Amino acid sequence: MTALALENLTLSYQRHPVVHHVSGTFRLGSSTAIVGPNGAGKSTLLKAIVGLISPDHGRVSFDGIARGQLAYLPQQANIERQFPISVLDTILLGAANEAGRWQRWFGGTSHADRERAASALGRVGLAGFEDRPVSALSSGQFQRVLFARILLQDAPLILLDEPFTAIDARTTNDLLQIVEHWKLEGRTVIAVLHDFDQVRQHFEQTLLLAKECVAWGSSGEVLTRDNLLRANGMAENWVPDAAVCHRDEEITA
Amino acid sequence: MMLYDFFLGPFVEFSFMRLALVGCFALALGCAPIGLFLVLRRMSLVGDAMSHAILPGAAIAFIAYGLSLTALSIGGLVAGLTVVLLSGLVTRLTQQKEDASFAAFYLLSLASGVLIVSKWGSNVDLMHILFGTVLAVDPPALLLVAGIATITLLGLALFYRPLVVESFDPEFLRVTSGGGALAHFVFLVLVVLNLVAGFQALGTLMAVGLMMLPATSARMWAQSLPALMAVAVGFAMLAGYLGLLISYHANLPSGPSIILVAGIGYLASLALGSHGGLLWRVLKFKHLEG
Repeated sequence: MTALALENLTLSYQRHPVVHHVSGTFRLGSSTAIVGPNGAGKSTLLKAIVGLISPDHGRVSFDGIARGQLAYLPQQANIERQFPISVLDTILLGAANEAGRWQRWFGGTSHADRERAASALGRVGLAGFEDRPVSALSSGQFQRVLFARILLQDAPLILLDEPFTAIDARTTNDLLQIVEHWKLEGRTVIAVLHDFDQVRQHFEQTLLLAKECVAWGSSGEVLTRDNLLRANGMAENWVPDAAVCHRDEEITA
Repeated sequence: MMLYDFFLGPFVEFSFMRLALVGCFALALGCAPIGLFLVLRRMSLVGDAMSHAILPGAAIAFIAYGLSLTALSIGGLVAGLTVVLLSGLVTRLTQQKEDASFAAFYLLSLASGVLIVSKWGSNVDLMHILFGTVLAVDPPALLLVAGIATITLLGLALFYRPLVVESFDPEFLRVTSGGGALAHFVFLVLVVLNLVAGFQALGTLMAVGLMMLPATSARMWAQSLPALMAVAVGFAMLAGYLGLLISYHANLPSGPSIILVAGIGYLASLALGSHGGLLWRVLKFKHLEG
């Protein structure tokens, strides 16, 4: 069963494409790594799935999951880390993920929510950090807090954009355990990653992206020398100002 | 009884002092939390820009209707909201950042305001609009200020969560529930409303003072948002009270006195604040050296 499908998706900034005619499906309950060189359109693709940018061509269609039911961890979280908010309140933002806007805007948090938040904090290894201000956390601790917020969101589809960049090995391992747990729970996980060993170990599917889809399939088959060279070759030929897209035909399947 | 005469006497004796004091308290209740959100959203200077933007509306109203409270308020409100809407629109439709479009539109607004006053008004008018007179606050003006404070507190209570999330993690708000633009706009309307309330008492230029100074000072004393708000409101009220007292005893203009007291409070907070006060830093160095 499909969770979501990309149908001939083209994404661009001012008509210069960054993701070009990409089609394919993410199976429900699968784990997919998106890899590719810098500027390959990985983050842009995630943003399109989340709905932060709209496609120029083609579409993202959700099958088994509603768009409102996803959890998203952006790359360099555009978060005001100096804001006077406690760790507990940050995590509680993830509560009531299914509720409508009215509920999310004006509703309070229940005692059960707070208990779930405390247990999520324990699972990311920050038990007892509830009342700390987020401004007092290190980057690694803050990333743990954001994972705890995703735990509370309890979403069937989880999108992570370079979740382990600038994070130390121990934190990465702890957080990967949580990803493993999500897979066991049958959640669909899509993550942008750069570490191929990590991808081979923890993600069954890989989408190799270099503006166009180079390969998409099981991680073992996709992460071959040939494919990676092709992707890097495409990246080396990459022009900072891509030509305006006029083609409409499908390039890759 | 010296102390009584000094600290309470003026307010017991003169009704205009009482009205001014209550006006300041009402202003403090609305302005201080708004200022705090401005500081936290890194929009401190937007408050300043908006206070200038109000000028042409107030100027036109002043020239057409004289010193009419209703006319001045409506004029200021219309001018302020026009600038908010236009710069919001430009930010969303082009690549201009919000601070840039605010700067552009407030300058347009300010220039037309000064032009209108110098062509059709007198310098006295300009002085009045720019500097206000807190001692001229009458019961209708007080009602207006109190009404705006009430709307502000209700609005903040209602939109507290989206405002906090939008200030802290705007992308999260966009992905999960959207409506960040609405929360932002409601907030800017509250900013304009409070500046309109403030310029009755303090003038367009100094209305921002009661917004920003207590808010930035509070950052030196507290860390959680509710505590910050409490400190900022208390601070603004104290500045209003002491400012009025000083202006009465030393026969000084009241508006600048209030803002100067708030400013001295800010400097004191910088030096003594429990969260990063400079004095503690110096003392610690001495301790390490010794």
